[in-house]
Amino acid sequence: MKISPEEVAKVATLARLDLSQATIEQYSQQLGDILGYMDKLGELDTAQVEPMYTPVDHVSVMRDDVVRKTARREDILRNAPETDGAFFIVPRIV
Amino acid sequence: MSELTRKSLSEIRVLLAGKKAGALEVTEACLERIAATEPKVQALISVQAEAARETARALDAAGPDPSKPLWGVPLVVKDVLCTRDVPTTCASKILEGFRPSYDATAVARLKDAGAVLLAKANMDEFAMGSTTENSAFFATRNPWDPERVPGGSSGGSGASVAACQAFGALGTDTGGSIRLPASFCGIVGLKPTYGRVSRFGMVAFGSSLDQIGPMTRSVEDAARMLQVIAGHDAADSTSVDRPVPDYVSALAERRDLKGLTIGLPAEYWDKGLAPEVAETCAAAVKKAEELGAKTVRVNLRLSEYAIAAYYIIATAEASSNLARFDGVRYGYRDKDAASLMDMYVKSRTKGFGPEVQRRIILGTYVLSSGYYDAYYRKAAQVRRLLRQDFEAALAQCDLLAGAVCPTTAFKVGAMTSDPLQMYLMDIFTISTNLAGLPGMSLPVGLGRESGMPVGLQLTGRAFDETLLLQAAKTLEDNLPAAGFPEV
Repeated sequence: MKISPEEVAKVATLARLDLSQATIEQYSQQLGDILGYMDKLGELDTAQVEPMYTPVDHVSVMRDDVVRKTARREDILRNAPETDGAFFIVPRIV
Repeated sequence: MSELTRKSLSEIRVLLAGKKAGALEVTEACLERIAATEPKVQALISVQAEAARETARALDAAGPDPSKPLWGVPLVVKDVLCTRDVPTTCASKILEGFRPSYDATAVARLKDAGAVLLAKANMDEFAMGSTTENSAFFATRNPWDPERVPGGSSGGSGASVAACQAFGALGTDTGGSIRLPASFCGIVGLKPTYGRVSRFGMVAFGSSLDQIGPMTRSVEDAARMLQVIAGHDAADSTSVDRPVPDYVSALAERRDLKGLTIGLPAEYWDKGLAPEVAETCAAAVKKAEELGAKTVRVNLRLSEYAIAAYYIIATAEASSNLARFDGVRYGYRDKDAASLMDMYVKSRTKGFGPEVQRRIILGTYVLSSGYYDAYYRKAAQVRRLLRQDFEAALAQCDLLAGAVCPTTAFKVGAMTSDPLQMYLMDIFTISTNLAGLPGMSLPVGLGRESGMPVGLQLTGRAFDETLLLQAAKTLEDNLPAAGFPEV
């Protein structure tokens, strides 16, 4: 399974990572090997099989739509790289 | 002093409750042990010595409390678990200095049970790895041989307990990260059934795979810790609302293994095991038979597909879970970023280590448009087949037994250049996470060639931790004691 350096670069953009050219080429090689190994799943006939995304048989867990205060603003902001005390401050978007 | 730190959790608990040892005395003994062993072992990212002393003093002032089953017992917590006001780094630069404003539920339950939290244990960054060599800070060494790895990703927890720095630790297991370090470090490690223990406050890696569990020097110790942390939590919608049995009392109900059938999966025994591992595990199985267990060969025919399915699912989930680390609300933010996008990219690129980046790229790829069905959906279908494989095998027996890892602990640096080879170390453990079943590692002896600990893995039916613990305890009582590493 070949994954080209161009594909790795595209995926890196999606993942918000900036990889050096050397890393892109290294990943292209390593991921190719790993994905090649994963192609083995094609040997199994899963046409009639329901995907299992979680081991617990889930019902959506609900609660009453009632407002609850579970955290304080100061606690939520305490690890902020930049804050004015009310909001998280980020570089200008518009 | 060193005599105190060698006791098991169950033993020290009794001494503390009976006022034969004080909480501060025991905490100081552990802190001394930490100071003496850390230069060699490097199990811990941060030690909360003063806070631990304060907790211990307060406990001593109030006196032993029988309603607190872990009163005064010093423990260590893997640094992937949120601890209020205490740095929680996940062994990553991207979370250096991060102080959560809340405790993980499992941590809160330990505190409510009277435990003293000593330190945050080292790990592979964001739990991605099998040797703790992927920590952004330093590698932990195996207390049995400092040239060798302790296993991972809960390698700090494993090494800390094996070195008697604490009487137990919380680890987490997504693909074997409790069981493998337990095996390599010669201690007990239990991964509960998915949903048995709340994941609230555990920094998520693979949300459908992750579980928190105890790492201890004895089976009874693990039962006592599990008793405290297990149970439904409204804050974790994947935690199961199901009564928690009395694991500790149940241990006394079994003196032998009569009436038990142990399944030996051909795929886990027939090839690929280092001779010393095969031999030591086979001897343990023979002991189980002497104790009255029946053994039966079973098949887990889809075992060879488990790693492929696991690395698709785990990396896909990880790529989604790690998207939250973007420099906006917490963690590392690159100061030179010119724009929002630049901030995201620079913060993540500088903050995440290479293995984390590799897995994010892999996970993003398998989830991306055009590939989702071929990889993620396909892997989820295979996951269902793997679970059915286990259910079929567990219909013929009460629990499965096999080695945790094909080898004992190998030398530091032996696997770091080949990621795929490293992934293959998980071959016996990952299926259990995919199926959501409980699994534990029990130390069963030292390998003849390497002299390093060998772990036997026991896997049970969903929510049947009681049987796993009973069987493990019975074996433990009848095998020679593991001994202590000379560190």
